[in-house]
Amino acid sequence: MESLTNRKKVVSDKPMTLWEKIYLPAIISGMLTTLRHMFRKRKTIKYPEETREFAPVYRGQHVLKRDEQGRENCTACGLCAVACPAEAITMTSAERERGEEHLYREEKYAATYEINMLRCIFCGLCEEACPKEAIFLTDRLVPTYFERDNFTYGKDKLVESLDERIDITKRQHTGKRTQL
Amino acid sequence: MDTALLIEKSILVLLLFLVSLGAAAYMTYFERKLAAWIQDRVGPDRAGPFGILQPIADGVKMFLKEDFIPAKADKWLFIIGPGIAMFTALITSAVVPWGPKLHLFGRDIVLQVADINIGILYVFGVISIGVYGIMIGGWASNNKYSLYGAIRASSQMISYELAMGVSAITIVLLSGSLSLTTIVEGQSEVWNIFYQPVAFLIFFICALAELNRAPFDLPECESELVGGYHTEYSSMKLGLYLFAEYTSMFVSSAIMAILFFGGYNFPGMSHFSGNTLAVLGILAFASKIFIFIFVIMWIRWTIPRFRFDQLMHLGWKSLLPLSLINLLVTGLVIAYKNGWF
Repeated sequence: MESLTNRKKVVSDKPMTLWEKIYLPAIISGMLTTLRHMFRKRKTIKYPEETREFAPVYRGQHVLKRDEQGRENCTACGLCAVACPAEAITMTSAERERGEEHLYREEKYAATYEINMLRCIFCGLCEEACPKEAIFLTDRLVPTYFERDNFTYGKDKLVESLDERIDITKRQHTGKRTQL
Repeated sequence: MDTALLIEKSILVLLLFLVSLGAAAYMTYFERKLAAWIQDRVGPDRAGPFGILQPIADGVKMFLKEDFIPAKADKWLFIIGPGIAMFTALITSAVVPWGPKLHLFGRDIVLQVADINIGILYVFGVISIGVYGIMIGGWASNNKYSLYGAIRASSQMISYELAMGVSAITIVLLSGSLSLTTIVEGQSEVWNIFYQPVAFLIFFICALAELNRAPFDLPECESELVGGYHTEYSSMKLGLYLFAEYTSMFVSSAIMAILFFGGYNFPGMSHFSGNTLAVLGILAFASKIFIFIFVIMWIRWTIPRFRFDQLMHLGWKSLLPLSLINLLVTGLVIAYKNGWF
């Protein structure tokens, strides 16, 4: 039969010749292979001193974005919670009061917003579902804790602070969104 | 005069003891580094610069581990086993000539603990005792894996000692002496390897088998026998077994350098004399030992383990006849040169 790839090798069990039976040539060629490896460049990353570079589209801990004027983008529509395959996201919504226009961008906002980081599989579907460009995954890592409760991140940990904005331009260059 | 000799020899013995142990300790480090390099890794590099304090850390770890003796084990034999292994590994180096005569404090100091005229026989005798350490340890553990390892070790040692002995006899024929000093001095012009490449090959393969090194590490093959003869050992008793293996590797490298690569002889030796010659000779000998150790480790991390029937096949059906033929040919050539025909 015609082979689809050119990787096919015909094996045979013909008896070995004397040259092959001595084994020494095979041993020496094997030793030359290991000798070459001795002088190769090491690929090891010495972790505590060096860290591996993150891919531009790394999906780590989430951030709830604010807009340019510092208002929260999230309107608590719940699409992220619906999209979440791990059901890690819960939220309660509230209506924006008069005088809170500088805090929330639209009339409705998330009063509480919680992601259980133990349930989260960091698939990024919440980000994809969000119509308001409110939630993004970042290249930050979720640390480890001793207690399970600590893994439920509320708004205090998720919403970016005003003076420490989180850069998500790398995520926006994935082709999904063209304008900010 | 006698007291001076006693002091001189005592210092030499102490030095030799420390050097053997130090070399064995750093061989473990070098082996780990080499294994890492061959596998494109970095190897131990945390303890000290480049990890050079690793053997010390390992030693401390070994001492601090729980020293456990299984309930059904034969207690005394269990303790004696690693002792014998270490003892035999260390006393082999007594007959090794480490360098030309050193001249210090108005005395000629022979760099050899005992120049006995049956040096080779002594070495072979002591190496044969070495198997008792493994055998007794494996037996006393009262564990089937240990016993398997011990049985394999003893059958392997017996099988390979024959071919090893026969190939050493060819060297004895060449130099006409059993004394290691005479053998080394006889090689000041041409090293024995150029007369006896086949004997060297056989001797080297047999030495690997005697050392229980890969590809002949069946007595302790972890994939089949858990840990072989030292399965039940822990703490420094295990440490002694591992240490004994490295010490005997050091000593066998020295023996191979003496028998086939001219010991402390090096090319261009006639240009030097006195203490310079002695120091250079020691350095030449040390570098030969190092090269041997390197090759043995290099082989270990390249070649997979033999099957036991392959091991026996190689020892009895290939190496022994080959060494006998080699001995016969050597004998005939020597007889012809001496005009016996």
